[in-house]
Amino acid sequence: MTAEPQLDLPQDPVSTGAPPQVDNLDALESEAIHIFREVAGEFDRPVILFSGGKDSTVLVHLAIKAFRPAPVPFPLLHVDTGHNFDEVIEFRDRLVAEHDLRLVVSSVQDYIDDGRLAERPDGIRNPLQTTPLLDGITENKFDAVFGGGRRDEERARAKERIFSLRNAFGQWDPRRQRPELWNLYNGRHRPGEHVRVFPLSNWTELDIWRYIQREKIALPEIYYAHRRQVHLRDGMWLTSGPWGGPREGETVEEKVVRYRTVGDGSCTGAVESEAYTVDDVIAEVAASRLTERGATRADDRMSEAAMEDRKREGYF
Amino acid sequence: MTETTTRTAPDSGTEVVLPVHTDLLRLATAGSVDDGKSTLVGRLLHDTKSVLADQLDAVHRASADRGLQTPDLSLLVDGLRAEREQGITIDVAYRYFATPQRSFVLADTPGHVQYTRNTVTGASTAQLAILLVDARKGVIEQTRRHAAVLALLGVPRLVLAINKIDMVDFDAAVHERIAAEFAGHARALGYADDAVRTIPVSALHGDNVVERSANTPWYSGPSLLEHLETVPVAPDPFDAPFRMPVQYVIRPRTAEHPDYRGYAGQVAAGVVAQGDEVVVLPAGIRTRVSQVDTPDGPAPRAAAGRSVTLLLEDDVDLSRGDLIAAADSAPRVTDELDATVCWLAEKPLQPGARVLVKHGTRTVQAMVTELSARFDEQELVAVDAPDSLALNEIGRVQLRTAEPLPIDEYAASRRTGSFLVIDPADGTTLAAGLIGLPLAPLAAAVAS
Repeated sequence: MTAEPQLDLPQDPVSTGAPPQVDNLDALESEAIHIFREVAGEFDRPVILFSGGKDSTVLVHLAIKAFRPAPVPFPLLHVDTGHNFDEVIEFRDRLVAEHDLRLVVSSVQDYIDDGRLAERPDGIRNPLQTTPLLDGITENKFDAVFGGGRRDEERARAKERIFSLRNAFGQWDPRRQRPELWNLYNGRHRPGEHVRVFPLSNWTELDIWRYIQREKIALPEIYYAHRRQVHLRDGMWLTSGPWGGPREGETVEEKVVRYRTVGDGSCTGAVESEAYTVDDVIAEVAASRLTERGATRADDRMSEAAMEDRKREGYF
Repeated sequence: MTETTTRTAPDSGTEVVLPVHTDLLRLATAGSVDDGKSTLVGRLLHDTKSVLADQLDAVHRASADRGLQTPDLSLLVDGLRAEREQGITIDVAYRYFATPQRSFVLADTPGHVQYTRNTVTGASTAQLAILLVDARKGVIEQTRRHAAVLALLGVPRLVLAINKIDMVDFDAAVHERIAAEFAGHARALGYADDAVRTIPVSALHGDNVVERSANTPWYSGPSLLEHLETVPVAPDPFDAPFRMPVQYVIRPRTAEHPDYRGYAGQVAAGVVAQGDEVVVLPAGIRTRVSQVDTPDGPAPRAAAGRSVTLLLEDDVDLSRGDLIAAADSAPRVTDELDATVCWLAEKPLQPGARVLVKHGTRTVQAMVTELSARFDEQELVAVDAPDSLALNEIGRVQLRTAEPLPIDEYAASRRTGSFLVIDPADGTTLAAGLIGLPLAPLAAAVAS
């Protein structure tokens, strides 16, 4: 201990002498960085699952900060559904080039083309990601897979540990989770098993946006308001693309919209929004009466336990 | 203490108060089955407007499907199929809500008797715990057991929420009697009176959860949420001697940084500053901190909780698993641990067992040399010298480790006084380990 241990600490503006108030974003950032470094120290072949969405972009930003000035010591894995927004793929390639990252791509389209997967009648490809994801993990012998999942997203995710053990089939068993104590993470696993790691577990959607604002993190443009040709289906504004256009009875309109999540184009809806900047988005998220998944993800609406079922199958 | 900005959200016309600087309170809940814990948590989320329209719609739909007259708020938090089918809570669930004063991370731990281990999980990181009792039943065995575990794990503050106060006609005498009984128990566990607060609530109807209730005129204290927003929080031990387990060595070896060699870790206790004299353990080498690097660049100092990278003056041999500590107040280095363990596995603990111990960032082989006591789970008095320790039992063990570890007493430092016991065969976490006898009643029990 030095002579004046608290001299330069950030002081509580009112009651000086009290322990320093730690901004919740600083606390969340430090926790996530700690998790990244634990995995780098204990696993042989970690990988970051990267979708181009805001959560996985924040994840990459945190990984860069965790190891700076050294490069990020593991690659990114993108499970490409083939139904992408062009802006997202351009953004991904820009990010990888700018930070000298390594990128591995597992393509759903390849699986459909050679018959290992069949297109679903509804054309939704998010559920088809599981097989290419698990094969990508097995082929590359990845033993720790970082995901951008947050516990505030959904009820089944609320029960997931930060280190989530998966069996050789990538499956999650909620009844067999290890107790997670203090910040001592137990990543031991048998050959063939792997661990999913969620450094953003304790972040909320608003935390993510406030962090994007604070750190000036670039995102794909579709997160901000823009004019787009859209058609209404199940209360969501969908855009036409390689996954098909409007069905009969659906009319195309031009709207000012933005995306709150980025997923497969066939089932990710836009919301009407005038939020052109990150400040606008934060105000909008704080005032929103809908969760981001409830508002914009068709795949989570399928059943009361849709996410739980997909997680058990080995989805993120 | 919190600055806020007020702005109008587009299209909504409503004023939104955005926190621009807010602190974080980590809390846990504990209670028995049917005390209404899920309903209380659902009520907190609902009344702080943390539940959004689509989630609420889903609850209304699901409640109607079950033939309920009013929405069942516990459905907001019971996430898994088996829970909804059986009406129980299986596992620790994490909830998030925020007010302009604070952000909250809530570990919602199930009260079912065989899931007591989850209370240990929730309590290990909590700065405050809400313990629920049913006003009609008062303090029961489960309440005492949960309070003992919370005290053992060092949760600094407790709230006793006396729920279903409406079911006893908002009777002040009932509240008084339960509060007095619990205060005695908390005091015996070592809690100062000002560390414990009792609040009469009705989770079902919302009395004293967010708003103070007109039905309890005899109660002059804050609502539960008011208390959570204003209770002082000491997130980490800032005044303790500096400790940092080394997680990773950062060596870029790039043209720009050919000689950079930094030791990455999260400050576990105390404060570290440039120029501080430190000791590297277990080797015992002394050196000085030449630079404190944070994720945002060099800083004069960093406090507990912050993830940093330290650069040292001397070229010392240091790797993951080592501990950097204040040179004038270093922890003890030993290969013999005297510890309290909460056994969390089906497979019982037996003396002579070979296990792994994960302490800080180091995992070492260890042997349980002695199982010297089992503590009664309610009062934590030593009941016997057992030949094994079963799921949910708390005991005192002696362990010999294959390599020496730099350890603190758990009572002095939660982070460097704790460890996991891991099964070397399948990697299961077997126990939560706490160095020493962290509670006065334990020490008294052993002495007697």
